[in-house]
Amino acid sequence: MSGPPQVPPKEANHAPIPQAKPFVSSLRYPSSRKTIYDRNLNRTKTTEISLASFSYLFNSLITYHHAKSGSVSEIETRLNRAAYPIGIKMLDLLLYRQPSRTAARPTRMLDLLQFIHGTLWRALFNRSASALEQSNTKKNEYMIIDNEPLVNTFISIPKEMSQLNCAAFIAGIIEGMCDAAGFSTDGVTAHWAGEGDEMWPGKTIFLLRFKDSVVEREEAIKAGGG
Amino acid sequence: MSYYFTIIGTRDNPLFELDFGTSKVGGDGIARFREEAKHMNQFIVHAALDLVEETQWSTKDLYLKKIDSFQNNHIHTFLTGGNVKFMLLMNPDPSSTSYSAYQTSPPPSRPSTARTNTLLASNPGSQQTEEAVRQFMFEVYEAWMKCIMNPFYQVNQPVTSPVFRNRVGMAAKKYL
Repeated sequence: MSGPPQVPPKEANHAPIPQAKPFVSSLRYPSSRKTIYDRNLNRTKTTEISLASFSYLFNSLITYHHAKSGSVSEIETRLNRAAYPIGIKMLDLLLYRQPSRTAARPTRMLDLLQFIHGTLWRALFNRSASALEQSNTKKNEYMIIDNEPLVNTFISIPKEMSQLNCAAFIAGIIEGMCDAAGFSTDGVTAHWAGEGDEMWPGKTIFLLRFKDSVVEREEAIKAGGG
Repeated sequence: MSYYFTIIGTRDNPLFELDFGTSKVGGDGIARFREEAKHMNQFIVHAALDLVEETQWSTKDLYLKKIDSFQNNHIHTFLTGGNVKFMLLMNPDPSSTSYSAYQTSPPPSRPSTARTNTLLASNPGSQQTEEAVRQFMFEVYEAWMKCIMNPFYQVNQPVTSPVFRNRVGMAAKKYL
């Protein structure tokens, strides 16, 4: 005479919590089943990209930023920002490509400047920069000089914008690299220096202004015998 | 023998975490950390970041070797050019590690066998351990490079790719 088992009364104001769904990755694999992790990072080390396609892309970049900007300095800032992440990534890529036993992080200002002047320039333009100079008056200012920046090869500047130097893009790469290495700057800028220079009319100076804190740290390390 | 591996970004923010055990001498590759160790590991690694900051200007190497230890946990660090830290914490016997900050005497010694002595973490400073960790770190560095070269990756973004996780796991299996 046992009745049906007692079912707890259902209450309308309680709803069961749905069980959490197991995590399903939405990652899609390319049809070749090769992800970026399967590719070789050194494949592009020696191969060069075509100057024509680079110039075309760079031209589109400038056109885009020109259309969006109101002033010469804004175009330069935008070009600088566009290149900044490249600098961050280039630092690690170039370190990775050195033999792992001798790979050396730049830990001094001079190391970093020589790394940019030599290693970075060789990786980007297949030659080192033309000169590396320190300001006579300010301890935190350095100049990297390129007589003929590759990015400016096919660029002609209209008269009313004569201050514009599209090598601001390279300045952005330098700034990104300095920041990534722990040497923060008050900005890296590109300036024309070829006026009246018959040999190198396109000469460009990249001015690096390191923050005072970086200079102080440098001196502290030197004082500590490092 | 258990490991806790984490990648720390430039603002001391974690980007990636992984627990694993040893795969050498018959290990099954599963971490044996106790429940309380899960957060203590993060804490210990975070404390070690100060030592990384001290060391990073005195050496040019990417691999900074063993930089800290706390209650039988040993921390090895690798620093990338972009100031991202790979931190590896190793603990030879997590079940007998006490995390009490006031403990001054060493934990009760357990009968050591020949087998435990061959474990890497029993000699955290030895040449053999440093070499294994170095190779592990450089293998992770390669996967890391491939990850950050992705044009859509921005600095200090956490890494969620299961392929990357898999790569780290494989490197761990190979060297640790």
